[in-house]
Amino acid sequence: MEIFQIAGIGIIATILIIILKQTRPEFTVLVSIVTGVIIFSYLLPKLAYVIDTIRNLSSRVNVDISYFNTLIKIIGIAYLVEFASQICRDADQDSIAMKIELAGKVIIMVLAIPVLLTLLDLIVKILP
Amino acid sequence: MKVDLIFKIAAVGMITAILHIVLEKSGREEYAYLITLVGVIIVLGAVITLVSQLFTDVRVLFRLY
Repeated sequence: MEIFQIAGIGIIATILIIILKQTRPEFTVLVSIVTGVIIFSYLLPKLAYVIDTIRNLSSRVNVDISYFNTLIKIIGIAYLVEFASQICRDADQDSIAMKIELAGKVIIMVLAIPVLLTLLDLIVKILP
Repeated sequence: MKVDLIFKIAAVGMITAILHIVLEKSGREEYAYLITLVGVIIVLGAVITLVSQLFTDVRVLFRLY
């Protein structure tokens, strides 16, 4: 089970970070970034599998695929924003983390607007 | 997967720290800071390639192009 490896890597990396913190604090951020990347690259094949299955299901139900693509894009952006802002928070740079999150929210809003418009058109059509 | 990268980076960090202290004690502060800079740059190179690999994977996975 990969979960043991992931937990083990996380703990080992934390211990290394504690060792490095007293003498050379610059390396703590670098080690935490590398650990984050390695743990996420464990998840990539699984995430791809989940997304493909959902895509197959939605294509069978002849739902419009473009909304699903927007949804997947929004999830991707949310993950990236979270990844970057957590790294900035680890380095005690909360203001930069806040800026990244603000940018992520704006981009997600821009992506979500077309879906909102089609929803409103649908509602207007339904009303008598 | 690339787990040994974590240990490599930690090792470079410790070596730079030791070199920094040794150089500082022997009275050459400027070399100490140079050594730290070189260590950080080496590790930064490895981390940047790894992060760019992650970003391309995320782009392909989430169709973010």
